[in-house]
Amino acid sequence: MFSLVRSMWLIFLHMFHKRETFQYPEQKAPLPARWRGRIALTRDPDGGERCVGCYLCAAACPVDCISLQATEDDSGRRYPEFFRINFSRCIFCGFCEEACPTYAIQLLPDFEMAEYNRQNLVYEKEDLLINSEGKYPGYNYYNVAGMAIRGKDKGDAQQEEPPVDIKSLIP
Amino acid sequence: MINIWWIIGGVLFALLNTAAGLIWVERRMLALWQDRYGPNRAGPFGLLVVLADTIKLFFKEDWIPPFADKVVFVFAPGVVMLSVLMSFVVMPFAPGIVVADLNIGLLFFLAMSSLGVYSVVLGGWASNNKYALLGAMRGASQMISYEVFMGLALMGVVVLSGSFNLAEIVEAQRKVWFIIPQFIGFLIFLVAGVAETHRLPFDIPEAESELVAGFHSEYSGMKFGMFFIGEYLGVTLISGMLVTLYFGGWLGPAFLPPVLWFVIKTFAFIMLFILFRASMPRPRYDQLMEYGWKVLFPLSILNLMVTAAIKLWLNS
Repeated sequence: MFSLVRSMWLIFLHMFHKRETFQYPEQKAPLPARWRGRIALTRDPDGGERCVGCYLCAAACPVDCISLQATEDDSGRRYPEFFRINFSRCIFCGFCEEACPTYAIQLLPDFEMAEYNRQNLVYEKEDLLINSEGKYPGYNYYNVAGMAIRGKDKGDAQQEEPPVDIKSLIP
Repeated sequence: MINIWWIIGGVLFALLNTAAGLIWVERRMLALWQDRYGPNRAGPFGLLVVLADTIKLFFKEDWIPPFADKVVFVFAPGVVMLSVLMSFVVMPFAPGIVVADLNIGLLFFLAMSSLGVYSVVLGGWASNNKYALLGAMRGASQMISYEVFMGLALMGVVVLSGSFNLAEIVEAQRKVWFIIPQFIGFLIFLVAGVAETHRLPFDIPEAESELVAGFHSEYSGMKFGMFFIGEYLGVTLISGMLVTLYFGGWLGPAFLPPVLWFVIKTFAFIMLFILFRASMPRPRYDQLMEYGWKVLFPLSILNLMVTAAIKLWLNS
């Protein structure tokens, strides 16, 4: 019986506590840095696209909302001809970010993507590409992995180490 | 003496507006006690949420299930409104401001508030739905058992004031409010009153976590709205009765008019009702029954006998 009165009193005192509410449109809630929100395609430090059109993100996507077509430029460098994400399907699981070998696709702390027209939720490559290196500044995939172009295989150039044979047991 | 029609009109206007306004008050107060803001967007302080809620209720599809007993289904929500509003007939708001100054006012109040159980029972029965029926059954037995000692608790007040007339009961509290000589009676009446309006923590007929929405599961639109408003009117009624019987009704220091004293005290009790809702867990159904019959019922009889004995001893 006493505990009921005590809990009533304690709850009454909550009147004078700080409010938990964020008055949303005026006052934004702080989002954590790893928040999985809007998907973006980042660029390498030289300003080029990081995406190499490997389709791993599209394969990892559980709701099949990523669609892309890889192509090659004159030097044999792969890049996506188009890259399309249907955000009306996307569940923001972040599997695409985990699958990406080049850190190209990244989820950003931003969730304000509401649209009146459903078709507007289909983002094309120019909507997805951002002018930033995202969460991995200074990372350039081809500086780490090397690149085979026409007339030069991986590791053939000067100041370039030959690639590790991952199938061999010899150190 | 003010014209009776003005009183009736004024009382109806004030009550229905209070009941509607309680939608906003309750949501704001609950939010306040849960560290939130509550509705604060529509209009100043979110007051227009009352209007929005009313419009929503009016435009909802007013659906009668094909398996329901149509006449009773339509009739049931009216009963709760009618019975609660009839109870207000005997409520003295200030000297002279009462719709009918009955000399058996207290009995009339008990009779009318008991009639309210018919809306629960008939609504649950007519819905032809197992959850509604369970809610109605719970409602009926809860009301019957809590009604008994609600009346018995009030008899202490009657013994002290020597009258069933509510205005005379208020006048009898000029020296000392009945909360002091009748503290136990007050507590019992408070518990019984919460059970009578089936508000939390005694919202066992509705118990949304067990019975969907209890007796009004099948109701929608304005019929649901009637139950809704009826519940808020019941809260106002029990708060008003608590004030009249135990807190000196309109009595108070003269710097405020009597009506205002009555309103202020009533509002304090409405806040207490909302605080109950914010803080208390719902008891199990058998716990409710056990608590009623084994604790409160003997206690109310004891209270009545002791009060009567002291009264007789003082008179002799």
